[in-house]
Amino acid sequence: MDVFNAIIQTLDSTIRLSVPLLLACLAGLYSERAGIFDIGLEGKMLVGAFAGAAAASVFHSAFLGLGMAILISVAFAMIHGFASITHRGNQIVSGVAINFIAAGSTIILGQAWFQQGGRTPALQPGERFEAITLPGAEAIRDVPIIGPIYAELLSGHSILVYLAFLMVPFTWWVLFRTRFGLRLRAVGENPAAVDTAGISVAWLRYRALICTGILTGIAGAYLSMVQNGGFVKDMTAGKGYIALAALIFAKWKPVNAMFACLLFGFLDAASIRLQGSPLPIIGKVPAQFMQALPYILTVILLAGFIGKAIPPRAGGVPYVKER
Amino acid sequence: MSTPYAKLPAWADYGLIPLINLFVAFVVAGFVVLLVGENPLRAAVILVEGAFGKGTGIAFTLFYATTFIFTGLSVAVAAHCGLFNIGTEGQAYIAGLGIAIVCLSFDSTLPWWLTFPLAIIAAAAVGALWALIPAYLQAKRGSHIVITTIMFNFIAASIMVYLLVGPLKPAASQAPQTRNFLAGAELPKLNWIIELFGAKIRSAPLNVTFLLALVMAFLVWLLIWRTKLGYEMRTYGHSPKAARYAGISETRIIITAMMISGGLAGMMALNPVMGDQHNVAIDFVSGAGFVGIAVALMGRLHPVGIVLAAILFGMLYQGGAELAFEMPAISRDMIVIIQGLVILFAGALEHMFRPYIQALFASFSPRSVGMEAVKGKGA
Repeated sequence: MDVFNAIIQTLDSTIRLSVPLLLACLAGLYSERAGIFDIGLEGKMLVGAFAGAAAASVFHSAFLGLGMAILISVAFAMIHGFASITHRGNQIVSGVAINFIAAGSTIILGQAWFQQGGRTPALQPGERFEAITLPGAEAIRDVPIIGPIYAELLSGHSILVYLAFLMVPFTWWVLFRTRFGLRLRAVGENPAAVDTAGISVAWLRYRALICTGILTGIAGAYLSMVQNGGFVKDMTAGKGYIALAALIFAKWKPVNAMFACLLFGFLDAASIRLQGSPLPIIGKVPAQFMQALPYILTVILLAGFIGKAIPPRAGGVPYVKER
Repeated sequence: MSTPYAKLPAWADYGLIPLINLFVAFVVAGFVVLLVGENPLRAAVILVEGAFGKGTGIAFTLFYATTFIFTGLSVAVAAHCGLFNIGTEGQAYIAGLGIAIVCLSFDSTLPWWLTFPLAIIAAAAVGALWALIPAYLQAKRGSHIVITTIMFNFIAASIMVYLLVGPLKPAASQAPQTRNFLAGAELPKLNWIIELFGAKIRSAPLNVTFLLALVMAFLVWLLIWRTKLGYEMRTYGHSPKAARYAGISETRIIITAMMISGGLAGMMALNPVMGDQHNVAIDFVSGAGFVGIAVALMGRLHPVGIVLAAILFGMLYQGGAELAFEMPAISRDMIVIIQGLVILFAGALEHMFRPYIQALFASFSPRSVGMEAVKGKGA
């Protein structure tokens, strides 16, 4: 039974660790499907995390915090849009800039406003999202196998976790079953065709970036208001880039994105769990190897050894209307 | 990278527009200082005084500038070939491994002037090799170089952490770094040059790598504008189709450009490792690779511009340290914001003010913006 419990616990932390990746990955999905590369996921998550924790602790409300996280994150997405859609700037350069501005300003403003070395005050109960116990979880906890799976693995997460996983079918529905989604995918493949049909390429791409901003805002709020009781400087620690890797790994598809993020989350959970203890057959695996594995897997995928990752065709190219 | 905009006179294109962009970036940074509740003008004065007011300050400014010249050149060489090398950070980090191997093997037997060339070769070779794989994947497999170089940054960081907490760490030590190098791997300081001008220097890490950086800037200029290879790289950067039509091998040009870029990134590691800390420690690059992006964009990919932009960023780093001391509300992270703003305004939004300046020029002298002079009077 010990092994079973260990597996349940590892899977439970897999879910917790993959949620921010999943939200950021879906965020990237909207913008990249619309033809806007977004290296700035990391920065938008970071400002979201900061704005969320700061607002929650000042206004004593978790939902106000979430709202502020989304607002600020969308504002940063709009800067990206202003540079790369309106002014046809280099999208990668703009994303890099956003990451730097986010990293610097969260620390400076955090220090100036709260004087705790770049942290926000520790969030009190009611200022963060609490775990939700699903109905009947306590009742069937003692049932073998199903009980722990339901009570430990599925129940007891915050509302943002369930929201993140609900966003997967929702994103699929938006992209593949609505008119907006069809146009969004079209603008990522062939913007000239969309333009010919009389639809504004710029406005469509801006809307895609608003979706991106909302999701990165939620991802940031999850980091600072659920996973951690407050903002800590540089708390995204490369998660935005892992999400980007997951997006490529998922070949720009929502359901694949969920599995890619769960895989990367599992690698993270396993490396924490295995710290120092040897694995059967392979022996002792350095923690650094486990941490690097998502990146290594993505490079191997990009090299075309596990299927082929084909990005949206118009990705990264600013649209110039022909005159 | 073609621009869908009309031409401006060269001095406006290479002088005026970057200055305007820089100015706007600093104005926005000034607003952040206001938001924090400090006086931006006083902050600017402290910053400049900290960087250039005393001999020690100048030496530190040039020490930081050395690092940024290398990373700026690295980004620029790749950019001339139309490649965005975001992996400068990782290439410099992993090059520390090459330097460590050379220095730890020879520092007790060889004098510095023999260790240094060996270390240069090792650093450049390791940096170039780290850029080779993403370059190969881009050329042969079409994998996007931005993504692969980002991934390689993280992989490099993992490898270095593994080595520095394990095999490279002396058994008796707790700190995650190599043992300190002996005199044979310590580079001589250049502070006496500044002292010639009468300034006093307490201790500053400015060292001979600065001269190497200037030589490299000259060589990059030679490469890009005076050699066949540089011409091919620029052709490929402007139009891969035209390059292919002209018979330039895509694979060869991408791999060569990226390896040169990686080599320059690798040489950056010489400055902090052999010139200052005398060991290889965790995270010794600390973002200098990313500063290179800002430096290259500000310097408009020209070596002269890059040296000037690197000195500007060296000033920000040194002056920023003084600023953090004088104004406790402003930590050194202020530089990170400025860096981001410079990348935003000099890079992504470089064309924002262009139409206005163009209109301005056109109203004064239509010829200067490449328009035909309007015929007839009174137009």
